[in-house]
Amino acid sequence: MQLDVNGKQYDVDVPADMPLLWVLRDVIGLTGTKFGCGMMQCGACTVQVDGAPTRSCVTPASTLAGKKITTIEGLSADASHAVQRAWIETDVVQCGYCQSGQIMAAAALLTTKPKPTDADIDAAMNGNLCRCGTYQRIRAAVHRASELMAADKLGEVGHVA
Amino acid sequence: MLRELFHKEKKGTLSRRAFLKSTALASGGLVVAFCLPAGLRRAFAQEAKTAVIPPNAFVHIAPDNTVTILLKHSEMGQGVWTSLPMVLAEELDCDWNKVRVEHAPAAPAYAHTAFGMQMTGGSTSTWESYDQLRQAGAMARALLMQAAAANWNKSVADCHAAGGFVVCGDKKISYGELADAAAKLPMPAEVKLKDVKDFRLIGKPMRRLDSTAKVSGKAEFGIDVKRPNMLVAVVARAPVFGAKLKSFDATKAKALPGVVDVVQVPSGVAVLGKHFWAAKQGRDALVLDWDLGAGATLSTAAMREQYRKLAQTAGTVAKSAGDIRATTKDAGIVEAEYEVPFLAHAPMEPLNCTVEIGKDGCDIYTGTQFQTMDQGTAAGILGLKPEQVRIHTTFLGGGFGRRATPTSDFVAEAVQVAKASGKTVKVVWTREDDIHGGYYRPMWLSRLRAAVGVGGKPASWEHTIVGQSIIAGTPFEKAMVKDGVDVTSVEGAADSPYLAAIPVHRVDLHSPTSAIPVLWWRSVGHSHTAFAVESFIDELAHAAKKDTLEYRRDLLPADSRERRALDLAAEKFGWGKPLPKGHAAGLAVHQSFGSYVAQIAEVSIDDKKQIKVHRVVCAIDCGPIVNPLTIEAQMQSGIAFGLSAALHSEITFKDGKVEQSNFNNYQVLRLNEMPKVEVHIVPSTDKMGGVGEPGTPPIAPAVANAVFAATGKRLRQLPLRFA
Repeated sequence: MQLDVNGKQYDVDVPADMPLLWVLRDVIGLTGTKFGCGMMQCGACTVQVDGAPTRSCVTPASTLAGKKITTIEGLSADASHAVQRAWIETDVVQCGYCQSGQIMAAAALLTTKPKPTDADIDAAMNGNLCRCGTYQRIRAAVHRASELMAADKLGEVGHVA
Repeated sequence: MLRELFHKEKKGTLSRRAFLKSTALASGGLVVAFCLPAGLRRAFAQEAKTAVIPPNAFVHIAPDNTVTILLKHSEMGQGVWTSLPMVLAEELDCDWNKVRVEHAPAAPAYAHTAFGMQMTGGSTSTWESYDQLRQAGAMARALLMQAAAANWNKSVADCHAAGGFVVCGDKKISYGELADAAAKLPMPAEVKLKDVKDFRLIGKPMRRLDSTAKVSGKAEFGIDVKRPNMLVAVVARAPVFGAKLKSFDATKAKALPGVVDVVQVPSGVAVLGKHFWAAKQGRDALVLDWDLGAGATLSTAAMREQYRKLAQTAGTVAKSAGDIRATTKDAGIVEAEYEVPFLAHAPMEPLNCTVEIGKDGCDIYTGTQFQTMDQGTAAGILGLKPEQVRIHTTFLGGGFGRRATPTSDFVAEAVQVAKASGKTVKVVWTREDDIHGGYYRPMWLSRLRAAVGVGGKPASWEHTIVGQSIIAGTPFEKAMVKDGVDVTSVEGAADSPYLAAIPVHRVDLHSPTSAIPVLWWRSVGHSHTAFAVESFIDELAHAAKKDTLEYRRDLLPADSRERRALDLAAEKFGWGKPLPKGHAAGLAVHQSFGSYVAQIAEVSIDDKKQIKVHRVVCAIDCGPIVNPLTIEAQMQSGIAFGLSAALHSEITFKDGKVEQSNFNNYQVLRLNEMPKVEVHIVPSTDKMGGVGEPGTPPIAPAVANAVFAATGKRLRQLPLRFA
């Protein structure tokens, strides 16, 4: 089957029921997306499919033909996405294992809701577990990313003008 | 209590007798390593062989000025990747932006200065290596200064070091340029450490050095390891503890696409596949016939009954003063039982281990807290010398104690799979494997009984503890089970600061055994003793009709570190001031791992009887500070971890089987439940304590005490639930 991952085409020969997570990790070799539960309970495997946050651990790769898959590796080449910058600035990470999923969920949220409230963040990211308990800084960093994105946009406008 | 043991081991050994060794690397550059003296007592360790001086070090300065700091401790979220390099870099005076960090290999030079084995745990990393890393940094700086002075034909006294350069008048030369020459110089006998007032890094808020790797998916965890020709294995393990495999049929498994091999190992049957999915499908297709044995009758309901009965009888005495019977005859008696369940650690990264056996030894890639144990265990299985087993420590996707097993269970099993199959293999556990896999925080029951004396103060105090010993049967038994008492079972209870104010007291212990493997879980014994002691003190305060803060203050010495933490938390919280309608506050203070933490929780109960924790004010006295950001993060983290246990998590058994399986029924704290946590640090020059665990113990009793303040209902069982 053909998969579009981070703008690159991959031809993979895997069983039809094989979840995207394992195709990404064990076949394509993109290990930034993590395995945590295998039953969409923890969000560590969150990627974006056509921009929507998706649990790759239960999504058969065979259902994704023609769709655009974005993983943490595709968010930016150099940790420069506003969410990643906000995460670094806010010193969010601890063990870091859940953070790819957290960041992909946050980036998707900010695309649909550029200025989320705490309640929006809770609703969008409650499915992303963190055993280190970085939640307080995650919340702060989502707000910070929102500011950075707004500033980036202003910058872009300014540049064009 | 544990800490006292550590310090006994440490006394008079390291600081005076440690010596340094410098080595010129073939690739150029300066390496500074400590080689611990052969005579250093290793009460906790498998005997490490010190004949070989390991070719590794704490710091390596490359010609391009990059400073690589080798971390002997494992980064599992607690921040040692940043805080420990800060300590070394402080003395080295290098450019912080040029610092790179790597996990050290497993070697005697990286042994814990108190334990004598390479390991990360017990909230010890910072204080145990603080002097060592400062010495290493200062030694490297001294050599660089000497090299520069010799180069300019000047005296060292005329030079100074700053930002990765040695400066003399208008001359300036980089550490990178000096590294080769410095490596050839003899070590000075002594180096002068900086005065605290001159610190530029230690004590300052420094952001993490592993952030960029971890926000870009590039950080390598054990589960991400890829080796040439590697297969992935998933193992079918016993459905109940102690079961024996009678036979198995792998026909269906082997017929699945991607399945390469099936091998039997001591822990079960491993299916090896081209990728995880194939191995997992294969594992699930195995037909296994187990002899379940006695374990099949095990139930936590029955164990609780047994524990309750045991608690009515006298156990092995851990601490005793005065005659209990004399004070308990006529006085008013307050009595209560507190219970906590078995708990899984459930780190976000499921357990895994990659093993590559070669002609000259074995390479193990894993996130572990117990390098020396793992190395020794693997060597034993393979008939190799420990130094032939090379441990490559990756980032750990959480540890919480689960990656520090005295049996090296997940490493030993992977070695067995590699040995049996003759393949390079990565064994990956599923979440269900992790939840079912044992090594739980033990289930505990505490029975407390106090006679109320003058002014409502306790005149006597009896605390009977019932629960499985973590230490018995491990290599730590000799050092940590004293007169029949596992010190970790009673820590926080036998050394409770309240006992000093209660002339008659007794703390005793029953250590029943079962087939369930138990293990240290973030804060170990304190995870149950703080809940029991701080809940019971609260009950006594209410019985005496006293304010719960004042009641504790009266029992604690005015100059105690507990008091300082408690007073700071109370002040910052605004204890006694009105709260929003329906909200109530509860507090707890507890010392663990050398740090003193007070927490005040503000809660409300909704109409569905769900407990909502809105805010937690936390004050900590951990002695001198290395990185305040680390402390703040660890307090938030400890509180979140403790709240999972306070509000949700439990492992129960029925007919020998664990009733939970994944995060749907083994619930942990989610983002919407995270309270607003405020962390305040008590300025302190007292002895340095740890920060990885001490944030966890006080939160469950603080919340339970707040629930009582809100409802008048005393919840004495974790997770906290209204019946």
